Amino acid sequence: MSAGVQALEGVRIVEFGGYAAGPHIGKMLANFGAIVVHVESMSRPDGFRMQYPPYKDGKPGINAGGCFAYFNDSKYGVTVDLKNPEGRKLAKQLADWSDIVIENMRPGVVGRLGLGFEELCRSNPDLIMLSTCNMGQTGPRADTPGFGSQLTALAGMCGLTGQPDGSPNLLYGPYIDFIASTLGAAAVLAALEQRRRTGKGAYLDVSQYECGLLFLAGPLLEYRASGKVVARAGNDDPQAAPHGAYRCRGEGWMALSCWSTEEFVRLCEAIGRTDIARDPRLATLAGRKSNATLIHGAVSTWARDREAHEAAVLMQTAGVHAHAVNTVADLFTDSQLVSRRLWRRRRHPVIGDQAYCFPAFDLSDTPGDITAAGPVLGADNERVFREFLGLSEAEFKTAAAKGAMD
Amino acid sequence: MLQGIEVLDCTDRSGWLAGRLLADLGAEVTKIEAPGAETSCSDWRALNVNKQLVRIDLTSSAGQTELYRRAANADMLIATPNGDSAEIFDYTRLSAVNPRLIVTAITPFGLTGPKADWLASDIEIMAAGGAMSLAGEPGGEPLRVSVPQSYAWAGSQAAVGALMALAARGRTGRGQLVDVSAQAAVITALAHAPTFPDIAGTTPTRAGAFMTGRSVAGAKYRVFWPCRDGFVNFILYGGSAGRRTNEQLVAWMRERGFERGPLETIDWARFDPTRASQAEIDAMEIPIAHFIGSLTKREFLEGAHKREMLGYPVSNTADITTDPQLEARGFWQDIIAPDGHTERHCGAFVVVNGTRPPLAQFPGETEPTPITERGA
Repeated sequence: MSAGVQALEGVRIVEFGGYAAGPHIGKMLANFGAIVVHVESMSRPDGFRMQYPPYKDGKPGINAGGCFAYFNDSKYGVTVDLKNPEGRKLAKQLADWSDIVIENMRPGVVGRLGLGFEELCRSNPDLIMLSTCNMGQTGPRADTPGFGSQLTALAGMCGLTGQPDGSPNLLYGPYIDFIASTLGAAAVLAALEQRRRTGKGAYLDVSQYECGLLFLAGPLLEYRASGKVVARAGNDDPQAAPHGAYRCRGEGWMALSCWSTEEFVRLCEAIGRTDIARDPRLATLAGRKSNATLIHGAVSTWARDREAHEAAVLMQTAGVHAHAVNTVADLFTDSQLVSRRLWRRRRHPVIGDQAYCFPAFDLSDTPGDITAAGPVLGADNERVFREFLGLSEAEFKTAAAKGAMD
Repeated sequence: MLQGIEVLDCTDRSGWLAGRLLADLGAEVTKIEAPGAETSCSDWRALNVNKQLVRIDLTSSAGQTELYRRAANADMLIATPNGDSAEIFDYTRLSAVNPRLIVTAITPFGLTGPKADWLASDIEIMAAGGAMSLAGEPGGEPLRVSVPQSYAWAGSQAAVGALMALAARGRTGRGQLVDVSAQAAVITALAHAPTFPDIAGTTPTRAGAFMTGRSVAGAKYRVFWPCRDGFVNFILYGGSAGRRTNEQLVAWMRERGFERGPLETIDWARFDPTRASQAEIDAMEIPIAHFIGSLTKREFLEGAHKREMLGYPVSNTADITTDPQLEARGFWQDIIAPDGHTERHCGAFVVVNGTRPPLAQFPGETEPTPITERGA
């Protein structure tokens, strides 16, 4: 789908599954040139198509969902009925064609469909396959169904978000799914490198739970070492003071932190409070923490009549860590993100222009791109099955007539 | 899988995870630290396990010469350049000594753009990436996660970027620069929230302990429920998964002799959370709160699993370290120090061909003859 030379040009990937955890891996790889085929069926389309708003003009429709499109840009979309023997034959052909298979069904399901790693390897011996699920493929709770938003609680992040005397907080969506998809992409790329050098494939078992714990590896080791359980602490940080969010004009907020006494002095001078800049009580981190109310009042008074983004610029000019708390809408106008072309609008046949999110990195020599909007259901059946798999017109029509693509 | 790939890891805490992930995948990672730099804190040890430590003073010309000598033979270099070190990690200079070198730069906002030089720690990056706007009480102070997350998001994206460049090198023979923005990395965590302002003209915001936006009647649903020793995450879902969960909850309450109130007569096959009123939800939540309040986190975890219900306890680090699922999968890895004591770390994040790649290097273990002691 891409014009220039890209890192993964020619690498063939097939995805069985849906929602975020599997497809987000394929999206990242597609953005750097891989040919990614997303497999759904007419009777069981990807759950992101119909279960999650927003929809074009607020009207739910199989091809009107922004959520599905957002995680499946730059891919080819096909329908294969995995309950139909002819469909399974087609799925097997896709797996034979591919370098990499990614699946995020419940453990054991791909095996029952005849699409397990060992079976696929018989005809595609250097295949790389990644399975991702809540708990991993083994263990006493391997079969646990679950949503990423709840798994984020089990993995500790929700309990670490909130005020010390308050409730845990949500982190909006299935936060942990995207940790696992990012780490999963790294694992697939490492397996690809191994295959390039040795000719050997690999089976990668990714537990979303375990991936999430890597984001708390320090506190987990701390508990082992000292018995200390790290707890939610609002916006406090043990190494900085002040450190928090300050209300600005209107609905705005600004995050700000000082990591040294010198930085605190710069802050005081910038907000016109030279009277406290060299207050001996505030000359140490411990002193600033025990006088947090005084400092909070001074910064809040300065910030409350200022627009958050302008206030942050003034702080940065003074040499103080600060940034406006961007709302999700602000992300589309943030000068830095605009400059780096994080959002790339592509035209979807039903949704129209939609902003797609580029990965957080780019490569200087072989840059990636968003090459297409997310596919409508079954958009690429003919191209994938005829052109990629090499089915004749008669074979394609026969498979379709037998319901393989339903 | 990355055996033989040599990585120089010159990062500060905002990039430690990148090298750890590459090491877990088999790369030979050398962690460069300044002489005397602290390596005893848990964060350092947990994210620099599996790497060999070398102390080099990069503020000295001898130290820079040593770094470039190593870079000439390495496959990858990961750095977190700032004002002081930007020149040392300049891609053009590094590439001149080793055109095959992949240089990954992790910075708060990326190497280019109007905010490239802005100061930002975790809280500012979480703010800039939109994550804080989605965490906290409605209308209240936006919150970050109390353990820095933006560094981990950036480090993860950096590992993917470095490996993407490695794939490119396999075809072109050349290294390149991988420019990672931590702000952009945090946006990965927002799920599909950005599609709302883009397609629907609405802006998602924080909802505290409740879930909103599911009911056309405007009802909010409790997500976090106090239990005997903490909190549980449980949501009244609809659909087939919600039906089973809700039926099983009521059965569990009945077995334990708890009052079910309106729950007893609800036909869960027809229950539609999108149409319930706040009064109905409030009446349903009273007996649920009473029941969940009687359970411990572990009782909820085990009971919910046995009954194939959706929902998990809100774990803390102590709960996680005793979870039998992690034990059974060999997630925890003991690594033995030269003096004989052991540390138990999170193991590699992926199981490869049925085996979890073992951690090979104790954190902070140096080369036999550290470069600083040779008087470099």
